[in-house]
Amino acid sequence: MGSWDTFVQQVFNGLVLGSLYALIALGYTMVYGIVNLINFAHGDVLMVGALTALSAVALAHGLAPGIPGWGLMLIGMLAAVPVCVLISLLMERVAYRPLRNAPRLAPLITAIGVSILLQTLAMIIWGRNHRTFPQLLSSDPIAIGPATVTVTKLLVVALSAIIMVALLLLVQRTRLGRAMRATAENPRVAALMGVNPNAVIAATFAIGAALAAVAGVMYASLYSVAHFYMGFIPGLKAFTAAVLGGIGNIPGAMLGGILLGLIEALGAGYIDQFSDGLFGSNYQDVFAFIVLCAVLILRPSGLLGERVADRA
Amino acid sequence: MASFGGTDPHRRAALAATALIAVVLLVLPLAAGWLGPAWVRTLAFAALYVMLALGLNIVVGFAGLLDLGYIAFYAVGAYTFALLASPHLTDNFPSIARTFPDGLHVPIWAAIPLGAAIAAAFGVLLGAPVLKLRGDYLAIVTLGFGEIIRIFLNNLNAPINLTNGPQGITLIDPVRIGPLRFDHGASVFGLALSSLQLYYYLFTALALLCILVCVRLQDSRLGRAWMAIREDEIAAKAMGINVRNVKLLAFGLGATFGGVSGSMFAAFQGFVSPESFSLMESVIVLSMIVLGGLGHIPGVILGAVMLSVFPELLRHTVGPMQTQLFGRILIDTEVLRMLLYGVALVLIMLYRPKGLWPAPQHGVAPRGVAQPPPMPPAAAA
Repeated sequence: MGSWDTFVQQVFNGLVLGSLYALIALGYTMVYGIVNLINFAHGDVLMVGALTALSAVALAHGLAPGIPGWGLMLIGMLAAVPVCVLISLLMERVAYRPLRNAPRLAPLITAIGVSILLQTLAMIIWGRNHRTFPQLLSSDPIAIGPATVTVTKLLVVALSAIIMVALLLLVQRTRLGRAMRATAENPRVAALMGVNPNAVIAATFAIGAALAAVAGVMYASLYSVAHFYMGFIPGLKAFTAAVLGGIGNIPGAMLGGILLGLIEALGAGYIDQFSDGLFGSNYQDVFAFIVLCAVLILRPSGLLGERVADRA
Repeated sequence: MASFGGTDPHRRAALAATALIAVVLLVLPLAAGWLGPAWVRTLAFAALYVMLALGLNIVVGFAGLLDLGYIAFYAVGAYTFALLASPHLTDNFPSIARTFPDGLHVPIWAAIPLGAAIAAAFGVLLGAPVLKLRGDYLAIVTLGFGEIIRIFLNNLNAPINLTNGPQGITLIDPVRIGPLRFDHGASVFGLALSSLQLYYYLFTALALLCILVCVRLQDSRLGRAWMAIREDEIAAKAMGINVRNVKLLAFGLGATFGGVSGSMFAAFQGFVSPESFSLMESVIVLSMIVLGGLGHIPGVILGAVMLSVFPELLRHTVGPMQTQLFGRILIDTEVLRMLLYGVALVLIMLYRPKGLWPAPQHGVAPRGVAQPPPMPPAAAA
């Protein structure tokens, strides 16, 4: 049946998108859980990762044209992750740490400033035009049931799943994870227990940045394009996903990401039919915003978050 | 003894300052005209941005509601004027063309209030669902709203062509006051004024009106209610302030300023497109009030003027300087301008978070009044 096939296809597309959103949302949620700050510049870390990978792949390919596609992809990620981690650590140290006790407006505005800075630096280094991200993995369609996928899409879902499981293990089973949870709950008491809050916060930013770097490389592979402004919309949507799942809650970010991806894919796929052609799929981005507003107005703690009382 | 300005030296000084400012404002475009039309245009835009900054200041500075989608109201005002005073509606809707056979040319004394009213309606519409949100969440949701409006403006060209999509609306009427058409120059008091200079005077007059409104609002019950909400919402509620209405009024009034400047922008430029209303514009207006002094009207004006004039200065100095030093333009001045915005935002928040010209502190006595000795510093918590 045609419509069942479309449905399964859109569900799969949603899973792919959702895995990306989940990876990025994890960065937002971990930082918010620990320092109560929305890292506005997180989307731009993704952008830096994608563009760095682009340059690394181009360089590697130029030096050694025999490297297979998956090797280049690996090189791209290996190049992107350290750069993003470094930038994120720098951001935290220079722009966020001095403002940890400032009124809420200050770190938010600083974050906007950092975001603009990253975008303009990217504009200077990589130019203003959209750059093509090469197709590193084969784009032959593979049929899974009624849906058609590519190796890249499968990689996105698989890699994201592995990373998320690894992150959960890190947070639940390791000392660092325990330290992160403790600092998120109460930094002072955690310090009394021997945790170095500055180090833990730095580690949180670093992990978030690494996730964003991987997500950036995959996003660029999926859409075959990278440019200085590419981080804004995915960043915003990932933030929506984090809020949807309950900000500060790691499984929530994962759930929120997948859900948002599904909502967006199914919505974009079916809105034509539902609105009799009034709204087309170019309104796709609006879905995420509508979800965001709906969640914040109706259930601000998110799906998995705890109810927190109003504070002045 | 009656004398000019009374015998009080402070009042005399204030009046002298006002007179000086008035003279400067009147003469400025003529002086700038000598340097070139680009500078007069900059001054006109500076006046527009002053209005925008004052509007955003009501929402962010007075009421403490961080609004990152403020440019949406500017867009609404601009598109309202564009629809009312251009051939777009008559071209695309035969029923409207029949009702207005001479074309739709709403005069500005009707279009500005309409633009302001519609923008205010949007402001209330935006404010209503976000009343419970604080700080970061409010910022993100308002940003989302701003983007939604831009996406709609970009896409409402099918099935009914309301906004003409990414191509925007062109052939917007210029401002017409009596026999004076602002897109041609005019001779006023024997002086030949160019079109840009005429717009400058109009915008400055409107900006002065906005300043007056803001100053009166600041000292009114409403203004004090806003500041109470900004400082402590629960305490404000306990004092009997109707927080919901006061917040909606903040959004609505702030949006009105945006709507008025938007309509004027549309008339000035003659064409509007969704590109002019991006998130970056919202951020620019926000940087103006943050840089100048959040919540302090003179500071906001300073910030708006500085950040409007500075890019022009950059263009005229850094461009040639780069060519001289490096033989070519290394960094485009547009990019440099954005880079400096980002750096400025971060530096200001780190080192001078209250802005360049902040509001005077509560509890700090004015000059000339004896101060009590400072308290010893409290033991660190």
